[in-house]
Amino acid sequence: MREIPVTVITEKIAEMCIQANHYLSEDMDRALKDAVESEEAPLGKKILNQLQENLTIADQEMIPICQDTGMAVVFMEIGQEVHFTDGNLEDAINAGVAKGYTEGYLRKSVVGDPIERVNTKDNTPAVIHYSIVAGDKVKITFAPKGFGSENMSRVFMLKPADGIEGVKNAILTAVKDAGPNACPPMVVGVGIGGTFEKSAMMAKQALTRNLDEKPQIEWVRNLEQEMLQKINELGIGPGGLGGTTTALAVNINTYATHIAGLPVAINICCHVNRHVVCEV
Amino acid sequence: MDRQINLPITADIAESLTSGDYVYLSGEMYVARDAAHKRMMEVLEKGETLPIDIENATIYYMGPSPARQGRPIGSAGPTTASRMDKYAPTLLDLGEKAMIGKGKRTKEVLDAIVRNKAVYFAAVGGAGALLSKCITASEVVCYDDLGAEAIRKITVKDFPVIVVADCHGNNLYETAILQYCKNS
Repeated sequence: MREIPVTVITEKIAEMCIQANHYLSEDMDRALKDAVESEEAPLGKKILNQLQENLTIADQEMIPICQDTGMAVVFMEIGQEVHFTDGNLEDAINAGVAKGYTEGYLRKSVVGDPIERVNTKDNTPAVIHYSIVAGDKVKITFAPKGFGSENMSRVFMLKPADGIEGVKNAILTAVKDAGPNACPPMVVGVGIGGTFEKSAMMAKQALTRNLDEKPQIEWVRNLEQEMLQKINELGIGPGGLGGTTTALAVNINTYATHIAGLPVAINICCHVNRHVVCEV
Repeated sequence: MDRQINLPITADIAESLTSGDYVYLSGEMYVARDAAHKRMMEVLEKGETLPIDIENATIYYMGPSPARQGRPIGSAGPTTASRMDKYAPTLLDLGEKAMIGKGKRTKEVLDAIVRNKAVYFAAVGGAGALLSKCITASEVVCYDDLGAEAIRKITVKDFPVIVVADCHGNNLYETAILQYCKNS
């Protein structure tokens, strides 16, 4: 048994809030730089160059990359040998979010009730996903999510007979409908299989996957490649103003499912696909 | 075509703009998004006066991150305009001349743009740090309790936008993708 005081988690989360909102991960950074080279539309290229300049300013002057610093999504992979002390873990995570968003000059974008809509003023509560894993470590993935792209995300409960063609249509439909609203070039996270909520979770997790990591299953790997090409042939382009870079990546996760179902979830993220990982 | 335009945008200026024009705006504009628009509609429904001067106004759909010390504003990129579609025709009919945001608009908004000789600009979504550098001053006008959603008046210098929907009925989101679409 390894003891971890929850105050350690609070501090880590606070740092991650600030880091995620000012610097992109290396893989995202590289994908955006590559897009500047490959984009064929003059206006598209101009917009991609502005995004490069935006990242430089964010980094050097500590201005958030995007004003929508997101709702805090936290994945906690907790080793089963860990025992948290000195308080409640969930409270500690939310305290970290409140600290990070307040001290980091990040926007407070959360309302406490979806209908009454009063801002909570510290960006809490976070959306927290826990999983119990082997070992005595805690892996935290912090992925603040902006809602321009979140609003364009979809879940389709397809029939088994729809097969892989149905999956392809679902992905293309979601991206086409999202168009300029989701701040392209986007990253498309897809979850195929499981249940209604499992597919959505997989789609969200897929967005946090390093763009250089490829899936083990061959058909999934091929589907990612094919969908990226098809999406980029839609012509939506940077900012939705025409071009050959509509998506930077399509990341797909899969899981077992029921004999009667084929759930497909598409979680769209803008080019500010923020995620930071740390291990405690 | 690249153009420099001083605010306010009038009907004459709006008429001279064509979808696809790249424009650098300088001058004063308002900032308002979802909650502020909802309140403005409630004010109008009660027959009261709007808290902003709507005649020839430019409204930027945006909710900034907090300003660090010594800066006028934090990160300040556009938000999705379609959430304001319910309110925009009313404001355009009252004299609003330009909207800045990102993403598609409804037919009702596009019709109101033509009817009122107005314009819809897109700013680059997700470029909030870059766009904040074009904002030289910012003050809260009203609805301070809404935090990031308060109505602000900002002063901009060479603020880069692209004409998406002009008053002649053109819509860049529909036309620009055709050239690059190989998979409709």
